[in-house]
Amino acid sequence: MESFLATYASVFQFMLLNGLLALSVYATLCCGQLSLANAGFMCIGAFASAVLTQRASAPFPLALAAGALVPALLAVPLGFPVLRLRGVFLAIATIGFGEMVRVFFVNWDYTNGALGLVAIPQHTTTLLLVASVAAVTFFFARLRGSRIGYALEALREDEPAASTLGIDPARYKLAMFVLGAAIAGLAGALEAHLTFMVAPSGYGFGRAVDMLVWAVVGGISRVGGPLLGAFFLTALPEALRAAGHAVGLAPGPLRMGVNGLILLAVVLFLPNGLVAAPAAVRALLRRRKART
Amino acid sequence: MRLELRGVSRSFGALQALEGASFTVEPGTVHGIIGPNGAGKTTLLNIISGVLGPSSGEVVLGGRRIDGLPPHRVAALGLTRTFQNIRLFPALSAVENVLVGQHRVRRAPLGARLLLLPSAARERQEATGRARALLDRVGIRERAEERSSNLSYGDQRRVEIARALSAEPRLLLLDEPTAGMNPVEASGVGTLIREVASAGVSVVLIEHNVRLVMDLCTRVTVLNFGRVIADGTPAAVSVDPAVITAYLGAAR
Repeated sequence: MESFLATYASVFQFMLLNGLLALSVYATLCCGQLSLANAGFMCIGAFASAVLTQRASAPFPLALAAGALVPALLAVPLGFPVLRLRGVFLAIATIGFGEMVRVFFVNWDYTNGALGLVAIPQHTTTLLLVASVAAVTFFFARLRGSRIGYALEALREDEPAASTLGIDPARYKLAMFVLGAAIAGLAGALEAHLTFMVAPSGYGFGRAVDMLVWAVVGGISRVGGPLLGAFFLTALPEALRAAGHAVGLAPGPLRMGVNGLILLAVVLFLPNGLVAAPAAVRALLRRRKART
Repeated sequence: MRLELRGVSRSFGALQALEGASFTVEPGTVHGIIGPNGAGKTTLLNIISGVLGPSSGEVVLGGRRIDGLPPHRVAALGLTRTFQNIRLFPALSAVENVLVGQHRVRRAPLGARLLLLPSAARERQEATGRARALLDRVGIRERAEERSSNLSYGDQRRVEIARALSAEPRLLLLDEPTAGMNPVEASGVGTLIREVASAGVSVVLIEHNVRLVMDLCTRVTVLNFGRVIADGTPAAVSVDPAVITAYLGAAR
């Protein structure tokens, strides 16, 4: 048991961290915004917090707060022009932002350019990760059913119709964009103090897509979806590694191939995400029953 | 609330959808807008509700110019609407659709919900109760929990009316509220409109059901090719030669 924990503690930590990132994407997805800016915000949060603890010897809680606040503040002026865009255009504009952030840090000597910062003090504990995920999840869960929660759902479903009921689209979309930036920044700060290092190459386009995939595979109809997606897809490669060992298969490309197949199957057969799996199974059983 | 249109025009490229439309909707009355297909009725409603801006002219609601304001600002002044091509939030249930409509009037601080205060739970219960009562009023209480996209066409129209009413508007715009309904259902909607107006809400009604318009409206504006060709009581409008020509063609 102890060796199991020792082996898989870091997998568990990354499941939580990725859960937080999936929730940051959920913030914008839940009101119908396809934003891919969160890898950039995460990068900013990671560097802001790491510079504070490493260079200024600031206390960790302060660094965490800065990790969330700095990207959130930057999201305000960015959100005003960018959120006028919709769908794929918003996605492209936010990809551009992410690349801008990455290139900025690659060229910034203060944070050692492409090398980034290393030997950051390790302050992030599993408990802190659990607490962060719990707090953000609680927030989203309570948002649902509130006046603002209904406004967000309405914007996701039909923005023009929502606006004729007095819902200001720009205001809520901006608020959720900023919230998503804060959550991504917090995740960045937590990760920096977990892995000892931050480098710009870790926050590229691939990272932004990963977050989106976790959220969508998990399902975005409920807050549990993005969490489930991140947990599942983070644990899956490790589970397959263990399974491969058990049947005597060498790890490597085969494992990632199986990983991809499972991902494809989820997207094909559960279009509403993993979180909708029980409902999908029930519907399937009902159909079976009706046929016989 | 009084609504006044002063020379409202709107063109889409070369198409002149509205040309100098002027009329007044008196407070607490049902005001019909009729006209052949393509006369500009829906464009007019879109301009009043802020979905579209006019190319020229003024829209004045309760003494305040609202042309050029975005829809959510117009709604905040107490004007809500339904759509000719029903626009419910499909993934939400009927009662959730109506709850969205309460946005203008619901005062629910998120802080209380985050602190799990009992007042927040109570507020949510009251809001849901109000939404259910409205669905009851439009006659679909039993289907309140149904996903709105699964409802029949007529039921969807009724949910949309309940949603617009849940914002407690002072002016309600209805774009063909009885389209797709049978005569019994339509007269039910007629009764509802009369009740709403008698509570002091002005209603602007676009409708092809002539009997309903004649029964309900205190005043009717007739549009044809984007122009107001008649404006008056239903009785006066129905014998107006210009109206008869527009609908039936000129006598040869």
